[in-house]
Amino acid sequence: MPLKPTKTPMPEQDAKERITNFTEVALGYTEADALAEAERCLDCKNPLCKQGCPVEVPIPEFIREIKQQNYSEAVNILKSKNNLPAICGRVCPQESQCEQYCVVGKKNEPVGIGRLERWVADWDMARDMQTEPVKATKGRVAVVGAGPAGLTAAADLVRMGYKVTIFEAFHEPGGVLIYGIPEFRLPKKIVKREVDYIRQLGAELKLNYVVGKTKTIDELFADGYEAVFVGTGAGLPKFMGIPGENLNGVYSANEFLTRVNLMKAYRFPEYKTPVQVGKRVVVVGGGNVAMDAARTALRLGAESYIVYRRAEEQMPARLEEVHHAKEEGVQFKLLNNPIEIIGDDKGEVVAIKCIAMELGAPDESGRRRPIEKAGSEWIMEVDNVVIAIGNSPNPLIPKSTPDIETTKWGTIVTKDEDGLTTKDGVYAGGDIVTGAATVIEAMGAGKKAARAIDKYLSSKK
Amino acid sequence: MYKIIRKEVLAPTMKLIEVEAPEIAAKVLPGNFIIFRIDEKGERVPLTVADFDRNKGTITLIFQEVGYTTKHLGRLEVGDALLDLVGPLGEHLPVEGYKKVICVGGGSGTALLYPKAKAFHEAGAEVLTITGARTQELLILIDELKAASNELFIATDDGSFGHHGFVTDILQELLEKHKDVDEVVAIGPVPMMKACAELTKKYNVHCVVSLNSIMVDGTGMCGGCRVIVGGETKFTCVDGPAFDGHQVDFDDLMRRLVYYREHEARVQEHHECCGGKGGDCKCH
Repeated sequence: MPLKPTKTPMPEQDAKERITNFTEVALGYTEADALAEAERCLDCKNPLCKQGCPVEVPIPEFIREIKQQNYSEAVNILKSKNNLPAICGRVCPQESQCEQYCVVGKKNEPVGIGRLERWVADWDMARDMQTEPVKATKGRVAVVGAGPAGLTAAADLVRMGYKVTIFEAFHEPGGVLIYGIPEFRLPKKIVKREVDYIRQLGAELKLNYVVGKTKTIDELFADGYEAVFVGTGAGLPKFMGIPGENLNGVYSANEFLTRVNLMKAYRFPEYKTPVQVGKRVVVVGGGNVAMDAARTALRLGAESYIVYRRAEEQMPARLEEVHHAKEEGVQFKLLNNPIEIIGDDKGEVVAIKCIAMELGAPDESGRRRPIEKAGSEWIMEVDNVVIAIGNSPNPLIPKSTPDIETTKWGTIVTKDEDGLTTKDGVYAGGDIVTGAATVIEAMGAGKKAARAIDKYLSSKK
Repeated sequence: MYKIIRKEVLAPTMKLIEVEAPEIAAKVLPGNFIIFRIDEKGERVPLTVADFDRNKGTITLIFQEVGYTTKHLGRLEVGDALLDLVGPLGEHLPVEGYKKVICVGGGSGTALLYPKAKAFHEAGAEVLTITGARTQELLILIDELKAASNELFIATDDGSFGHHGFVTDILQELLEKHKDVDEVVAIGPVPMMKACAELTKKYNVHCVVSLNSIMVDGTGMCGGCRVIVGGETKFTCVDGPAFDGHQVDFDDLMRRLVYYREHEARVQEHHECCGGKGGDCKCH
């Protein structure tokens, strides 16, 4: 059978329909879709796709099992390396990871590895199997933060035989998966199921627990934990420092998304947390978080704009997210930068003042530096502004643990690839080390740290 | 779950609950706050810890019923429990090394003032406390404040008890009389804190205020609680809640506090479901 040049399309909710609801946009493959897509995999002897996966998923191996309809074996292979496959299948930037290296992709579209991963993971969830707990035979490890890095480290450590407690500040586990990524891109019941799986393996979860406040890392050691993994993420929103940022109606993307996702403000007043969205919302930024915020604003009934200071090619958001945003009607004001937010006498946002930009020589990030075009200011009436220009690392742990060294950006210094910090027995990974990055990179860091913690504790015995 | 083991009605809309929270009780210091959520659909609301008992493993919360959530909290009884309670959050207030401190509390702010007055007193400072309310029946913690202060002054807006007028009248008298005050702590409604800040500035006395910004997470993540202090944006949850009153932009704070007023009305209306008035039913 000749190779199909394009990926089996992903069934999706129609754009007009989906902006009226918060249910998932991508509906997932059918079994027939999955089988057709699996057939596109060449099962290379020397598979390059694997090198693009931060958590080392045996990609051709699990696809081979799909082809043979051994789905439960496909699940086992996938889960041997990836503790959160239903999440990764949805939010990983496969195009710049596994799929970028896929040999099929050299002349055609690469194999839809992410879509297949999602299908296998969803098939597994639908079976609703209980997972047997792993017997804890080794020491106790504390994991701080129940986001992608922490959940991965915890699951791997439990499988290695450690007794693991995950400490989470919020009332629900998941970190950015639960407060940041919207329901329409990652349904919260999927996150819940993946977390349940890690619980069933044997990890203990302590919610409403702020390490650095409720207890310090030193107190965790005193309580008998022998090693600590810190995965507290990039939790401090950046603002632009322009006039008007404290007006009512200006949100950080973190606040806007947390209100809507974690606190379910889109179901207000049944859920009690409000979010104020007027007729027109401007989201500042060009990353995935900006796309999430802009698409959320649409679903809350607003006209939604993205203002981004560089051009489309420089936008850090995934192509798929930009495509979805455009399809849904988000309007893009590229090569523009806000210089002031204007308020009325009640202190509420009424307009935003921007200036056009042009691209100069590349800066330290390798992207062409945006430069203001003199005299090109313009004003647009808006009711809300959402600032999505990134986050700084959360300072709570470094502040309460002086012997953990940090960089001038506030990220935790690690001495090696495995995430060893300057404090004995404490490892760190994810956004708290790298600054804001992706879910899968955080998971990769959690995986490496788990291995290093095992080595560290084994050598101590 | 965090069980309520004691409840007192301090004034018609002011309640006290003592809640089991051993891990918070073990660490909390005066000035810290917690965030609670009553149930699955509830909001996260910050409250300053009014008192704690490390041996019993409990914390005491005092709150005024102002919105849907605080009214709901006020309907809970001994034996009921809060779904979520997280803390201690924020920076505590340093109390060591002060000789003479004036503590000023207005309305429900008196509840937040009390643990600080007590801590200053225990740390060896001479404590002069002023508490005020609209009317006599809204005065709270009088005996407790008496025990934690060298002198206690009381004001009511309507003159039904103590000085007829504002707490700032008494504050001014005390600042005139005592030239050796090294700190004023003012906690209460924003206009009161603003007035105390302005007054102390005239007398060149340092003034600490405790802010009640709107928050979601309470750990620095959302930035919803941002305030302007000394021209810079600060987060009440991690940089505060106590700030130098001379540096706080109170007008900005006041504007931000009323942003969800319409939503508050809508959520109350929504809960007129069981024939209750404005969320007084117990079905949720």
